[in-house]
Amino acid sequence: VYQVFESVAKKYDVMNDSMTLGIHRVWKDILMHKMNPSPGTLLLDVAGGTGDIAFRFINYVRSVRERQLQRKLKHQQNLSWQEIFESYQKDKFNSLGDSQVVVCDINREMLKVGKQKAQHLGYSEGLSWVLGNAEELPFDDDKFDVYTIAFGIRNVTRIDLALQEAYRVLKPGGRFLCLEFSHVSNPLLSRLYDLYSFQVIPVLGEVIAGDWKSYQYLVESIRRFPPQEELKAMIEDAGFFKVHYENLNFGIVAIHSGFKL
Amino acid sequence: GRARPSHSEPRGRDGRGTEEEEEEGEGGQQLYPGHIPTSPLQKALLAAGSAVMALYDPYRHDMVAVLGETTGCLALPNLRDKMKNHPEGYHILQERPRIRLSTLDMARLQGLPDGSLGREYVRFLEDNKVSPDTRMPPKFVDDEELAYVIQRYREVHDLMHTLLGMPTNMLGEVVVKWFEAIQTGLPMCVLGAAFGPVRLSTRKLQVLATELIPWAIRSGLNASCVLNVYYEQRWEQPVESLREELGILPPP
Repeated sequence: VYQVFESVAKKYDVMNDSMTLGIHRVWKDILMHKMNPSPGTLLLDVAGGTGDIAFRFINYVRSVRERQLQRKLKHQQNLSWQEIFESYQKDKFNSLGDSQVVVCDINREMLKVGKQKAQHLGYSEGLSWVLGNAEELPFDDDKFDVYTIAFGIRNVTRIDLALQEAYRVLKPGGRFLCLEFSHVSNPLLSRLYDLYSFQVIPVLGEVIAGDWKSYQYLVESIRRFPPQEELKAMIEDAGFFKVHYENLNFGIVAIHSGFKL
Repeated sequence: GRARPSHSEPRGRDGRGTEEEEEEGEGGQQLYPGHIPTSPLQKALLAAGSAVMALYDPYRHDMVAVLGETTGCLALPNLRDKMKNHPEGYHILQERPRIRLSTLDMARLQGLPDGSLGREYVRFLEDNKVSPDTRMPPKFVDDEELAYVIQRYREVHDLMHTLLGMPTNMLGEVVVKWFEAIQTGLPMCVLGAAFGPVRLSTRKLQVLATELIPWAIRSGLNASCVLNVYYEQRWEQPVESLREELGILPPP
């Protein structure tokens, strides 16, 4: 799996856009809205390589924070300008409201691309990059408010271990969120989806990234991955409560959610 | 693709074994190392995609290779038959020689007299700073003998440059492509010959159109099949004599 992502790292984002016709962006936006993080949240994004979830988190939290500040200002209408200015100054240095996201990935190349993107797009504060394995996370117990893994869990050899680790590093009350390709039950759509996956995607891989085999592997790994109910059961086995899933695009993608209580 | 139930351990590619293992892919089995079986639809998509990408990014030599493989289904059997029906070509198909740095005795070739095929070939490689090892192995040809034929065509390309006296700049490559298009009938060569000149200056285009292309076409038509020459046994032969033997007209 490591070699697959080494060769894939640089063209990862281009390939994602081509394969999903840009829809992956919408899926990730929906994930963020479901998470609805408030400022001060500590997020761990596993297998987050090129930073898509992390950047969205920062944007979301920033805009929530801005609205918070605006509301605060409105309530301060009776204060003197001096007092308003001072309180604004204090908050301004806290545009993220102490929110933080740690991006963890097993692959150095993916992290490198992510860091470069962050620099290029101007993301600096509240962001850290850690090399690590989802099956054995380099973090202490009960640390994070939210754990996400977007399009990464299907590449983990022992999903049960990854789920256990997710449980371990989350604080009590913390939320587990998983965005992943899943199973389409509608027979007609399933056939079209298979046709597209097996005929078109490896060709796109060859033409855009010069790499047929990695994308053939990708399509096959999606088929081998446990379907919605089975993944839900596995998440429950790891100790999570209130485990739900939501299908996007008829099951092409699903968001699974659970809580550590 | 059907889902396999209760599978919490997706098998990674490490469980697949080496490329020598026969794999059941879309449209068939793996016939040679590096072979990727493809369905007709995939070949069509590859042909279109590689053509576009090759024009968009001229540094994607792999796309030119893919285009050749996916469109060569008529030309390649033709070439293979030409080889089969010629004594020297038949030998080549039997023995499947490969032109690689590891198989060439560079020191010996350099020691050959000036004007000999071996000496001029090595000179060409050095002057243009190219190596025979950069040729892509075939992936999408669904017959292992035809895969060899296209591999031979790629490896002999540098010798074409030597025989035609053309350098590896854009102009030289286009001229060689015209020659190869006539000789092999490969659609990839035809497309390369037709679209290659697009990126040349008008002055070069003039020279190309008035002198070089007509010469390349005449030579291509006049010459016997260049794949029927066992080059590895002719390093000592003077280039001039080989040109005459083949029917390649003297370069302008």
